[in-house]
Amino acid sequence: MSATSSVLPLPAGRVPLTLRVFAALDRKAWTALAVFLALALVVVPVLNLALPPESVFHVSAYAITLIGKIMCYALVAVAMDLIWGYGGILSLGHGLFFALGGYAFGMYLMRQIGRDGSYGADLPDFMVFLDWKELPWFWLGSDSFGWAAFLVVALPAVVAFVFGYFAFRSRIKGVYFSIITQALTYAAMLLFFRNETGFGGNNGFTDFKRVLDVPITAPETRLVLFGLTAIALAATLVFAAWLVKSKFGRVLTAIRDAESRVMFIGYNPLWYKLTIWVISAVLCGIAGALYVPQVGIINPSEMSAANSIEIAIWVAVGGRGTLIGPVIGAFTVNLAKSWFTVSFPEYWLFFLGLLFIVVTLLLPQGLVGLWKKVISKKQGAQA
Amino acid sequence: MKKRLLTFLLWATSLGALAAPDPALVRQLAADDNSDKIAAIQQLTAAAEPGTAKLLQAMADDSLYVAGDKLYVYDGEKTVDALNGETAELPDGAETITVNNRLRGELANALAALKLFDADRAVRLAAARELQSQVGAELAGVLAKARDQEQDAEIKPLLALAHAQATLQDADPAVRLAAVNTLAEAATPAVKSLLLPLTEASGESDAKVRAAASAALKSIERSLAWMDTLAGIFSGLSLGSILLLAALGLAITYGVMGIINMAHGELLMIGAYSAYAMQSLFRAYFPEQVDWYLPAAIPVAFFAAAAVGVLMERTVIRWLYGRTLETLLATWGLSLILIQAARVLFGAQNVEVANPSWMSGGVELLPNLILPWNRVIIIGFALFVLFLVWVLMNKTRLGMFVRAVTQNRAMAGCVGVPTARIDTMAFALGAGIAGLGGVALSQISNVGPDMGQGYIVDSFMVVVVGGVGQLAGAVWAALGLGIFSKLLEGWAGAVIAKIMILVAIIIFIQKRPQGIFALKGRFADQ
Repeated sequence: MSATSSVLPLPAGRVPLTLRVFAALDRKAWTALAVFLALALVVVPVLNLALPPESVFHVSAYAITLIGKIMCYALVAVAMDLIWGYGGILSLGHGLFFALGGYAFGMYLMRQIGRDGSYGADLPDFMVFLDWKELPWFWLGSDSFGWAAFLVVALPAVVAFVFGYFAFRSRIKGVYFSIITQALTYAAMLLFFRNETGFGGNNGFTDFKRVLDVPITAPETRLVLFGLTAIALAATLVFAAWLVKSKFGRVLTAIRDAESRVMFIGYNPLWYKLTIWVISAVLCGIAGALYVPQVGIINPSEMSAANSIEIAIWVAVGGRGTLIGPVIGAFTVNLAKSWFTVSFPEYWLFFLGLLFIVVTLLLPQGLVGLWKKVISKKQGAQA
Repeated sequence: MKKRLLTFLLWATSLGALAAPDPALVRQLAADDNSDKIAAIQQLTAAAEPGTAKLLQAMADDSLYVAGDKLYVYDGEKTVDALNGETAELPDGAETITVNNRLRGELANALAALKLFDADRAVRLAAARELQSQVGAELAGVLAKARDQEQDAEIKPLLALAHAQATLQDADPAVRLAAVNTLAEAATPAVKSLLLPLTEASGESDAKVRAAASAALKSIERSLAWMDTLAGIFSGLSLGSILLLAALGLAITYGVMGIINMAHGELLMIGAYSAYAMQSLFRAYFPEQVDWYLPAAIPVAFFAAAAVGVLMERTVIRWLYGRTLETLLATWGLSLILIQAARVLFGAQNVEVANPSWMSGGVELLPNLILPWNRVIIIGFALFVLFLVWVLMNKTRLGMFVRAVTQNRAMAGCVGVPTARIDTMAFALGAGIAGLGGVALSQISNVGPDMGQGYIVDSFMVVVVGGVGQLAGAVWAALGLGIFSKLLEGWAGAVIAKIMILVAIIIFIQKRPQGIFALKGRFADQ
């Protein structure tokens, strides 16, 4: 189940990694990626900064935040696709990893507020409100960007590793796994809702002022974050394309299709599943860290069961088992959501619910599958 | 001390006096100083003459007026001279006696004490109950008098307790010792905090009383711990029965048929809204029989939820048999649609579903251990539904077919079981049971469009822990989870308890992925 049809020919024998990564995408895909990056890094900033707001081609700050947010979601969707589309493991707890990354980076952003909070204290406002006198131990080092960046990766990785190790070792799979991941994120949500946990209770983190000492709401900061998200998404796609074509990816797909047979051949599925599970969680954490400064808030509702299931529907709508599918799905569903919640707020849930049903009943391969079917029919008609 | 002596003297003299409140004391009620007023109230209470209650009640109601050295009770229609009880005219410039909060508390106590002499047993009992906390030493006399007069077996011990509390600070160690010994028989948290200071030298000078207090405290703590555990087990049973009602339907649809129905919580919601609809119907058309809306709601909820279940099965789930992950997503979509539909039909706000009058109140098992009727009835209801399901699954033809399809779909089809129709009926049954659960939930929790979402994780946990394909597993898991969470809640708080339970379940599934009760044999490995 490869995303592309024609692959550059590789020389025989041992191939350098760079070349193998280069070979992960075909020429068309590399071109599309270059166009995407050029748009995100050059065209959008120019249209936003250089053009006056009256211009037809002006890209508004709202649009940049929205697209930036959706790119974060697309990153999560790709991460979800790696584990679900290629690994056959449906996680209903990916919202947890997204939120963990967001909270890890949010701690740094809270510390960057400094004394500009409404209480003018060194501690974040919610701690003053709780009458805490000093930072809890787990906030240690949260004023350092490097430590925050480390946590963004390490926290989801550790949680995913510990949980995944025990789950996969006991050979929990299918819906059982889905349900306990849901229980996991639900438990975490309850934990983060408590004020005493030390992450701002149900308000979470908000009112950020600066990132790396630069004002966070400045147009330039916004564009830098936007560009970084685009780069992260592009890099993830290249990495994922390489990964699923590597031997590791092949074994993973084999485990998805016939786990027992793979085991009998002599592979241990545990490590393959665990690796992809941790990679997927880390990607979610990075997406969360990019999401928080752009959207300006992180709270425990990100860990609700509903949010995690929505991730699955992005992937399903786009087409799982393909890499471009989740991106398409994330954009389609979230743009529809933005449009619905503004124009017909009361119909959004009907639409989303129908989407879940229609996609599972009629479009098992998603939009990408539909497109492929249309193309092959056309070609069949021509031949 | 002097004041107490004075009280005693006044009390002693008033015993011999005519049966009417002492005029001097009545006048003192209008004194400028609040302490004087309180002293007067206490002395009047201690005397407990007929008419005192009326007078103090008037004072508490702000209808006691003072003009010069005369006091009047004016109840809005006629005026009575408070000193001699004769009808009088309310003079111009008469003012009510100011009653602040401190006085109000004093008056409430005094009035309760006076009610101890009422002819009506119920009034006396209520008054004795009211005097179980915060009894001051000033009431000791009147309590002793009431206790000695009292014949009723239920009221007498209550009065003895109140009297013991009032004499706990008495000057005579023998009296204090008697008080401690009396209190030792009552195991309430209030008595515990009363006795606590007496176990230390600073709070009690007499060694004998101290020893008695320590012994009493120990026995009280023991029985309190017992009662806490009992109360915990009861609320655990109650929670367990709710979980059971929520999970029984799921045990059929998921456990037996292998369908992950994420819209199960919304079927509970449909049941709860059925109860709401029946309540509105009864209020509008049969206001006399409004209490009967609940029994009427039971079949309505069952069939409403079952109808929605049939619709779901026929339109969506039918096409997804064997593809559990897809079923999960599709039924999630269904749940979103049902939630939004409820919002459109009934509004986004929670609706109010009242307990019928026969479900309010409770049965008092022990003093301090009251089982609310609604909880008791829900436990009974859960047992009834469980019995119903058991009969259906084990004693009817439908149940036999369902079990057959569960065990071997192809073979069941071969011997003529209409598998497709059985699927629909079993799903409808599971949905209908969820509807029944919803009726029970409407009696104890909020009824709103989102209410089902809170139960979906819990009910899946019950089914997963219990073991797939087993009704008995669901029962034990529901009760076990209910009791465990309530006992944990006792010392860790609700949220931490919930998290601990979820983590425990996650660990449990690692150890026993097949649940407590696993299917054995060739069907176990699916």
